[in-house]
Amino acid sequence: MSDWRYRLAEQRGTLLAAGLFLVMFVIYVSNHPAGFTANVVQTAANKGVLLALVAMAQTMVVLTAGIDLSVGMIFIFTSCLASYIVIGSTPLALLGIVGVLVAGLACGALNGLIVIYGRLQPIVTTIATGSIFYGIALWLRPQPGSSDSFNSDIADFMTGQLPGGVPVSLVALVVIVLVVWIPFRRSETGRAVYATGSSEVAAYMSGVAIRRAKFVAYTLSGLLSALGGLYVTFITYSGEASFANGGTYTLYSIAAVVLGGVSLFGGTGSAIGAIFGALAFRTIGDLLFVFDLEPLWQPLFQGVVLLLAVCIGAARLFQVRNRLDLFA
Amino acid sequence: MSAGPASASASRLPAALRRIDPAVATAFGCIVVLLLLGSLYSPEFLSLPYLLQQLKVASFLGVIATGMMIVILLGQIDLSVPWVVAVGGMMACAATAHGESGHILAIPFGLLCGIALGFLNGIGVAYLRIPSMIITLAINAVAQGLMVAYTGGFSPQDSASAAMRFLATGDTLFGIPNALIVWAIIGAGAVFLLTRTTFGRAIYAIGNRERAAYLSGIDTQRVVMFAFAISGGLSAFGGVLLAGYASKAAQAMGDAYLLPSIAAVVLGGTSILGGRGSYLGTVAGVILITLLQSILSVMQMEEFGRQVIYGVVIVVMLLLYGRERLLR
Repeated sequence: MSDWRYRLAEQRGTLLAAGLFLVMFVIYVSNHPAGFTANVVQTAANKGVLLALVAMAQTMVVLTAGIDLSVGMIFIFTSCLASYIVIGSTPLALLGIVGVLVAGLACGALNGLIVIYGRLQPIVTTIATGSIFYGIALWLRPQPGSSDSFNSDIADFMTGQLPGGVPVSLVALVVIVLVVWIPFRRSETGRAVYATGSSEVAAYMSGVAIRRAKFVAYTLSGLLSALGGLYVTFITYSGEASFANGGTYTLYSIAAVVLGGVSLFGGTGSAIGAIFGALAFRTIGDLLFVFDLEPLWQPLFQGVVLLLAVCIGAARLFQVRNRLDLFA
Repeated sequence: MSAGPASASASRLPAALRRIDPAVATAFGCIVVLLLLGSLYSPEFLSLPYLLQQLKVASFLGVIATGMMIVILLGQIDLSVPWVVAVGGMMACAATAHGESGHILAIPFGLLCGIALGFLNGIGVAYLRIPSMIITLAINAVAQGLMVAYTGGFSPQDSASAAMRFLATGDTLFGIPNALIVWAIIGAGAVFLLTRTTFGRAIYAIGNRERAAYLSGIDTQRVVMFAFAISGGLSAFGGVLLAGYASKAAQAMGDAYLLPSIAAVVLGGTSILGGRGSYLGTVAGVILITLLQSILSVMQMEEFGRQVIYGVVIVVMLLLYGRERLLR
């Protein structure tokens, strides 16, 4: 096999993100008062998985050279919905979970249809639909709360530990990658998404099914956001229509995607990289607690780290070969 | 440009009508329709005091959207608006607390802080070639961190200077609000800048194709950097006015201005891809969004309904005139 260099180059962003996460996590755990225990890992995993799922959702759309500013709002909306319909006995609650996921799919499909057939720019479309999703979330949950018969058994299981201390949320994330991402990446449609993101015109000229590719990407993005929304309800037992949270998750998802080596220009990167980007980003935020810094300085610290990490990763200045390349 | 049937029918129109951008005309048409619909609900909507009040509220968004428009014309975007607005308001109020000279320097100091942040954005985009979506996001996070560390996470106690309150709430000429006059001056400046200076023409040229602009001798990097500095300064000025309006600055005062400012610019017919758009359109977009929000709240529409209608209106209006060309 002589193509290993090519394969390595293809996975460079993912590997860098994984490395960054490992370094951050080792620093975090080695300075944590409790050390490397199952509980520390469980808490970190639960928090990390939320952002990882939303970052995966963002990746889907970014791969098509679009951007989805509504992922955070789908996340909020499905979380509010889950606090209503994941109720009662376990079979009934499982049906509710399916309902939540279908709602997420529908949100993503709406984005896709407007972008494809309305021919509007993704960034503007998702600003507008994000407002709609947030409105529905607010209608469901004007005040934060939860249904009386919320099925906390499923929630406890999904956020708990397996025998041996492995956090279930991490297993769930791996399952989602195996069931959603890997088949997508290997499918014809997955190829088409990468082709569309690289050059939409060229893909069109070669007969790639652009519309189907975009539709699948947006719809899967909605599904992954809904999985994130489901998880936040599992953790908090409730739904909250918080505009600030929705905005934060949207912005952090973009940051995580960039940290994970996914190009905002489309066509390059992997959802697995975005997951490591999200986990690394979360760990950076947690580092402050273990170092006992003033909590007030946390946003500044997080901002500066984000600025440095993201800028070094994204600056094209260091990649250009000649001056005209700058303006490509 | 393939505009076969459209140009044939347009050539029958008088020259004065032909020059009107259909997007701008539609946006102004929608304003009239909104006012008429509102007047069916209550004749108050057509009264002069109500309209002046709306224009006063619109001028805060108008000042911020002016900066956003300049950046969007370049084909970039400025996501740092929320906290640059807050920096402008808070720093101006902070300067006010420093006695006599502070009172005089309050407004320039707030502006200067915004311009500095804008320069950082501009250097990142123009010279380091970081995608604007990322660097402005990161600068937003840093600005938030600085302000949280400075204020301790609470609303600062310093109040706005008399000059700030005068600009935002007073009225001098025939009851015309000062804020509206300020917006008119800034708007006139923007129109002059965009249509009558080489700097303005360079902005349009870069928005169309930066490479071609560079090859025709424009120092594109400097233009981009200054455009972001202007945007930062205008965002901060919006913050100064808002702080004057409320008599003090608050933590999340800029959050409500990011998406509306983008929506206003795009509703006014400016292409989000850059290079195309007129300031008159942005004026129409700003008034449209302000009126929509105001009428919905006067009708005692609940917040969730306002969010949904707001999103739907943006999508529907863009479907009327903001569509991309079909790929063929």
